[in-house]
Amino acid sequence: MAAAEGAAPGLGSTVSALARRALRNSLRRPQFLAPLVVFPSLMLAVNVGGLSRTTALPGFPHVHGFLDFQLGAALTQSLMLGGVSAGIATALEIEGGFFERLVAAPIPRISIVLGRVLATGVLSVGQALYFLGLGLIFGAHIQAGVPGVAVVLAIACVAGLGFGALGVMIALRARNASTVQGIFPIVFVVLFISSAFFPEKLLSSPADAVAAYNPLSYIADGLRNPIIDSISLSRAVDGLLAATGIAVVAIALSVVALRGRLGDT
Amino acid sequence: MPAIEAEGLEGEFKGGLKAVAGIDLAVEGGEVFGFLGPNGAGKTTTVRMLVTLLRPTGGRARVAGFDVAEQPARVRQRIGVALQEAALDQLMTGRELIELQATLHGIAPRSVRDRADTLLERVGLTEARDRRVGTYSGGMRRRLDLAMALIHEPGVLFLDEPTTGLDPVSRLTLWEEVRRLKDEGTTVFLTTQYLEEADQLADRLAIISAGRLVAEGTPAELKAEVGRPHLEITLTESSDPAAARPVLEGFGTLEPPTPDCQLSLRVQRGAADLAPVVRALDEAGLHVASLQLVEPSLDDVFVAKTGRHLEGASQQPEEAAATAAGDDGRG
Repeated sequence: MAAAEGAAPGLGSTVSALARRALRNSLRRPQFLAPLVVFPSLMLAVNVGGLSRTTALPGFPHVHGFLDFQLGAALTQSLMLGGVSAGIATALEIEGGFFERLVAAPIPRISIVLGRVLATGVLSVGQALYFLGLGLIFGAHIQAGVPGVAVVLAIACVAGLGFGALGVMIALRARNASTVQGIFPIVFVVLFISSAFFPEKLLSSPADAVAAYNPLSYIADGLRNPIIDSISLSRAVDGLLAATGIAVVAIALSVVALRGRLGDT
Repeated sequence: MPAIEAEGLEGEFKGGLKAVAGIDLAVEGGEVFGFLGPNGAGKTTTVRMLVTLLRPTGGRARVAGFDVAEQPARVRQRIGVALQEAALDQLMTGRELIELQATLHGIAPRSVRDRADTLLERVGLTEARDRRVGTYSGGMRRRLDLAMALIHEPGVLFLDEPTTGLDPVSRLTLWEEVRRLKDEGTTVFLTTQYLEEADQLADRLAIISAGRLVAEGTPAELKAEVGRPHLEITLTESSDPAAARPVLEGFGTLEPPTPDCQLSLRVQRGAADLAPVVRALDEAGLHVASLQLVEPSLDDVFVAKTGRHLEGASQQPEEAAATAAGDDGRG
């Protein structure tokens, strides 16, 4: 002993190791994973079952079916819940002391945030594949084909990074899982004041004005567009930009929260 | 250069609560240093400052040659830490956790598995290595925690109450491991609430009370400060205790006897005085029925220095373990 202390590990290897751990743990915690697909799937079923005639409303975009239209909404909802789940997992690590173990390790501390965020982004790709698969099983069409799937996966992944970072930031501020869990209803509120469930044109005032500035509208539209139509470059770019904007701001905020939590140590 | 040194180290929390009010410490390399104190004395705050989890608000401290405030990353590379609550991810297996710890300490990927296997074997967890930590007993978790703290072969190891709540077998296993680490040259900073543990393991120890060090030295030195050992003697019925007094006065100071003996003799050399005393009494025709050497304990030291008993001091680790739930030791 006392012979070979480890060298300082690099950011890349640390983020990768922590992301793999977070992802593996997500898959081992079905009670956290299930809500990401069960709630949005149930809501999707309820909406499609009860509101399918909405497609006949004047101004509703031409779609193969209401399921095709709602897939983007369900996926956006699922991605946001993924962020809540990332926040709860982080808060549980703070409560349980594992966070402190990471802080005591000679790692770049930003990797504690980035590892969890990266895992959420990777998980988001799985969520997107699940909803696309679910849609195909129940008769939806992906109009833009394989390139369209790639666009959906890209936007979902970046949005997942952003929502994951938001969850981590809230966890670092709140420091307990129950508070993070309390933001769960907000997911629905924020989603309903976007164009995720209904086209912006069909929203009444002031919801339509709010939706126009809600970045979730652009993410949902970006996810939806390749499913219901051929790829629109502007919608894809808008979706990616909105997701990237959320990701950049949320990661920056979570790093600030981490620094605040750790003080100057 | 000491492995751990602190000068006027202070830790003050928001609101003005000063948990550590200026302590000086010097722990030499290869030493097992016991750190004792009642709850709220500043023990954990001191440890957290030394392991860079808390920034000192005053004074300075160097660990493994680096300043904890100015070079915390360097300190973290060179220390192993097993905190009071073994904070382990219950969803991971023992092997996964120790491999993660190896990666976080910059150990080359090709060496990670070998190093993990070696340490798991060393702490007796080879068979359980692929089980999730959530299924481990308290003793197993402590041993895994220790293995994780050793993954990068640190020169300085901090163990914060490593045996609290453990059963006797697990406790002895950890004691053996601490002794082995000392033999290998590792400096161990050990906080404990068990005085017996400090007595058994520590080369030197310090007692902290109300944020200040009130005693520091080897266990023998500290015990000697509070009093010398004494012999409690009871003679056979045919021997007169009064006749024994002039014989015994040549070996030390006679004190009022306790209810358990007829004569109480404070001696200079402890066990070395036993045989001469018995021989002298025998030569005087006085026969000993019972003879007991009573030495000052660390609890006596603790009471003398702090005016109170250490929580759990009267409770032996075995008793504490018996009251601790959910621990079945090795498994």
